[in-house]
Amino acid sequence: MTRREGRIRAPSAPYVATARYLALFAFACFFLMPVYALLVTALKSPAEVSVVRMWQWPHELSLDNFGIVWPKLREGFANSVMMALPASVISSLLGAANGFVLSKWRFPGADFAFSLILFGMFIPYQAVLIPMFQVMSYTHLRGGLLGLILVHVIYGLPITTLIFRSYFTGISEELIEAAKVDGAGMLRTFIHVALPIAPPAFAVSMIWQFTSAWNDFLFGVLLTNKDRWPITVALNNIAGSQAVPFNEAMASALLACLPTLAVYVLLGRFFMRGLMAGALKG
Amino acid sequence: MMRRIRAWGPGLVLILPSLIALAVFVYGFLGWNIRVSLSSWRGLAPAHDFVGLRNYIALFSDQRFTEFDVPNIAIFTLVFVAGSLAIGFVMALLLDRGVTGENAFRSVYLFPMAISFIATAIIWRWLMDNGSGESETGINKLLAGAGLGALHSDWFKSGSRWAIAAIALPAGWSLSGYVMSLFLAGMRGVPEELREAARVDGASEPRVFWHVVRPMLLPVMMSAVVILTHISLKTFDLFYAMDQKNIKIDTPALYMWFTTFDGGFYARGAAIATLLLLGVATVIVPYIWYSVRVERRR
Repeated sequence: MTRREGRIRAPSAPYVATARYLALFAFACFFLMPVYALLVTALKSPAEVSVVRMWQWPHELSLDNFGIVWPKLREGFANSVMMALPASVISSLLGAANGFVLSKWRFPGADFAFSLILFGMFIPYQAVLIPMFQVMSYTHLRGGLLGLILVHVIYGLPITTLIFRSYFTGISEELIEAAKVDGAGMLRTFIHVALPIAPPAFAVSMIWQFTSAWNDFLFGVLLTNKDRWPITVALNNIAGSQAVPFNEAMASALLACLPTLAVYVLLGRFFMRGLMAGALKG
Repeated sequence: MMRRIRAWGPGLVLILPSLIALAVFVYGFLGWNIRVSLSSWRGLAPAHDFVGLRNYIALFSDQRFTEFDVPNIAIFTLVFVAGSLAIGFVMALLLDRGVTGENAFRSVYLFPMAISFIATAIIWRWLMDNGSGESETGINKLLAGAGLGALHSDWFKSGSRWAIAAIALPAGWSLSGYVMSLFLAGMRGVPEELREAARVDGASEPRVFWHVVRPMLLPVMMSAVVILTHISLKTFDLFYAMDQKNIKIDTPALYMWFTTFDGGFYARGAAIATLLLLGVATVIVPYIWYSVRVERRR
């Protein structure tokens, strides 16, 4: 940053800079500490793993732990992929339409409708569980992945609508007006003018939705049978008690977060923007 | 009139499916849940009778609810929100003036948010192990290694009323980075001319921060408090995977789950859920109202 250029530095400046870095590193250690324990444990040979030696570096690296837990996790992993991908695509498409209408093709009461939609993002899901359980049982959507996808799509609508509305609000009005003058209707304007410029918003929205669907536990445990359990429910069942061997708990936890971590590492920039949208700031 | 409807009608039609889905799954379900909380439904077959506020009154003399769940969630919310705000704010302050490797630091602070609460709980449950002596491990062992053995803690297995405060550690690990990015965006949003003007008037850097930057961070702080508080009230999986049979870390969200789907006390579960909804609504509704109005005025 060039902000301080041309200003006279106080004599204490080098110490301040050093202290700043020390503090930043201390925080980094705090956030990385669990990752260190997770990695060194998962990479030890099962015989070497011991809870009391969780901080010790492995004598030799081994992938055996993953071989032990993967067969137990595989089904849940596949279920989560089959659930999270369609859930994020459908929710984002609907969110794009909603966001477009609520910013560029507004109707009377659009802001009120938007507030009503937004509230859905913040409700404690406990307050919809019983009716959801009844409705999904009654419609035979409980048990498989279809019902789970449906609820993820619906409860994802508030955040995807918010993301696209913020994005389209920043698009110049002239673009839309030009399309209108050319005689394009709402649907044509949406498909031929708005959608082609929306890939950044799609990235944000898909990443956000994929992460929340992948990480969800409550809906998964309520709505699916054992053979359709998403990864979080499977993980909790494998590693969710202290009777489970430490090495298996760590290796399965690591496998279960790989997809969202990969998304975060590769597309972190978009992840950040999703975060900002979550705070109602575009 | 017809012309105006033709202008905005198609838009309304396009978002109608979403509006209907949310009307049913959010508002319909919330309403139905309240209705269930006013019935005597217990067991498999739904009851459609009306018993008034009996379930709510019963909750207020229910020991598990009044002596554990409510104080527990209050303590947890306080520690978690205050802790994450403080840590997030300090980290933003350290990064605000620009340091080499800022992106790396930011990524490290933020990545726990991409990890599910289930995985977070599984890792931290072992880190907060309460073994001592030969079987000491986790954070306690690190503390002992650093000569801070006196800080040895039983964490969430402690007998103390504050045992649930230990769960604020993994929760804060998960979300402080989020608070940091909110504050950082807020600090960077303050126009440089404003800071410069104060400097020209002879204000020192700390004073510039206090008088120019701090007041403009108030809305950011409000967002952070509202978001963290509602997460705190509704979080279920973190506690569930950490230690679901431990009454010391029981919360209304867990009680609702167990009494409803294990015990079959649907009406009581619905009453707890309605109280949770009320708690969340008192912070969220003014917040949404305020945000949408501020945006309109711009």
